[in-house]
Amino acid sequence: MSTTDATSQPKKPPAEAGEAPRAKARALASIVPSSTIAGRALVAVVAIMTFLAGLTIGTAVAVRATASQWRSDVTQEVTIQIRAGEKQATDAQVQAAADIARKTPGISDVHILTPEETSRLLEPWLGSGLDLGDLPVPRVIVVRLDGAGPADLARLKRTLTDRIPTATLDDHRGWSRRLVAVTDGVMLVAVVLLVLVGLATVLSVVFATRAAVATNRSVVEVLHFVGARDGFIAAQFQRHFLKIGAEGGLIGGLSAAAVFGALAALPRLGLGGDPELPTVLGWLNPGYLGFFGIAVSVAIVALATALTSRVTVYRTLRTIT
Amino acid sequence: MVRFENVGLRYGMGPEVLKDVSFGIEPNSFQFLTGPSGAGKTTLMRLLFLQLKPTRGLITLFGRDVSSLDPDEVAVLRRRIGIVFQDFRLLDHLTTYENVSLPLRVLGKEEASYRGEVTELLSWVGLGDRMHVLPPVLSGGEKQRAAIARALIGRPEFLLADEPTGNVDPTLARRLLRLFIELNKSGTSVLLATHDIALMDQYDARRLVIADGRLYVYD
Repeated sequence: MSTTDATSQPKKPPAEAGEAPRAKARALASIVPSSTIAGRALVAVVAIMTFLAGLTIGTAVAVRATASQWRSDVTQEVTIQIRAGEKQATDAQVQAAADIARKTPGISDVHILTPEETSRLLEPWLGSGLDLGDLPVPRVIVVRLDGAGPADLARLKRTLTDRIPTATLDDHRGWSRRLVAVTDGVMLVAVVLLVLVGLATVLSVVFATRAAVATNRSVVEVLHFVGARDGFIAAQFQRHFLKIGAEGGLIGGLSAAAVFGALAALPRLGLGGDPELPTVLGWLNPGYLGFFGIAVSVAIVALATALTSRVTVYRTLRTIT
Repeated sequence: MVRFENVGLRYGMGPEVLKDVSFGIEPNSFQFLTGPSGAGKTTLMRLLFLQLKPTRGLITLFGRDVSSLDPDEVAVLRRRIGIVFQDFRLLDHLTTYENVSLPLRVLGKEEASYRGEVTELLSWVGLGDRMHVLPPVLSGGEKQRAAIARALIGRPEFLLADEPTGNVDPTLARRLLRLFIELNKSGTSVLLATHDIALMDQYDARRLVIADGRLYVYD
């Protein structure tokens, strides 16, 4: 282009003191100003939602892992109970039941609980120093399965009840079924919670994006006038919302991870004073898988926030057009 | 380049704002669009800039029927058109330089590739020393020139200017007219909407006069 007209321009006043150096030093400004997006509030909402999602994921993973461990333990073991009767007869029945168990394929170990061991088992309910001789306490035989193949527990049960009428076999299946039901219930609740948390996050982002587009209506119009495609305009908003999602997600995810970390550290710190505390809190250890799940939830939240804002901008632009 | 055939437009269920408008704009041409306030100048400009679609008739722009364009195609066509608004439409949070370079940024160009071009254009319109200030600091004339520079930076084939001299003094108005004439001589078609008779008298060009929604062409 010609520069002939430049010579006809009047002398311009010098730039205001201080403004030029400041402006020259800055990189290209964001086309959509971040100050027009309700960033702080949305970061807080996303952080809270990610925190809840992280707690849900961690708890679900912990419950599932613990339940799986319990099931593995109990299904490796069955117990035979001999109803209490006359002492010598009962001792003979116990020995006979143990012999039957030892001869059953798939059994690795048979252990008859001594009166002292039985007493220790009952101590939490009946107190210490108890003389079991005065009570009709059944005798218990612990039978460990070798796990190499399925033990024929049906045959063992049949043989026991045929030869020793006072014997019963407990293979813990009922308890295991209830445990599976509880675990499945917890997982279902976790999934429902995650869906609700996700929905609330998406709705929050949708409203925030609509507000941002409305606030920046003049910017959007100018971008349209200079030939911007909707995709370009959506990308300008998406950039801000990805940052918001990542920031909020990290705060929420780290907070959730910190909670599980603190719960794991609590027994070691000797806090609480309850001797059962390690056992109780042991349930709430999500392990590497749980922490990985929390990290994944952070990434998903950030990406979902960006994607939701992009789709919302597209839809809003179609409405404007 | 532009062809209107029996174009009519009404807003909602209201009366027709434009009636049976037919005209063409050729490449490398210069024309004024004039008429009394409320006659439909801005509506016609909005049709030319694809901001509105006609309720009847046919508009072809660069050989394309505008009624069949999807949003992305509209965006691509707009890149061939420069527009200068009466109210400038500069973004207050961007510097003059950033405002003017916006059409190139929209194309995805790297800043290094257009920095020299934008700087040269800003100097050409007399804003060489104002390129790093924000629009609220600029005077009305400077804003107008920044808006013109933004319309020109993409080297449009067709320039639309809506009352570009409406907010400036007669001296600056004459200078802006010279700028448009020079731009036309470099190959860009220009449509300059104005109700300033004195300004139109300074240059012998085709006049499109709009009155009561009808267009009259004086070659």
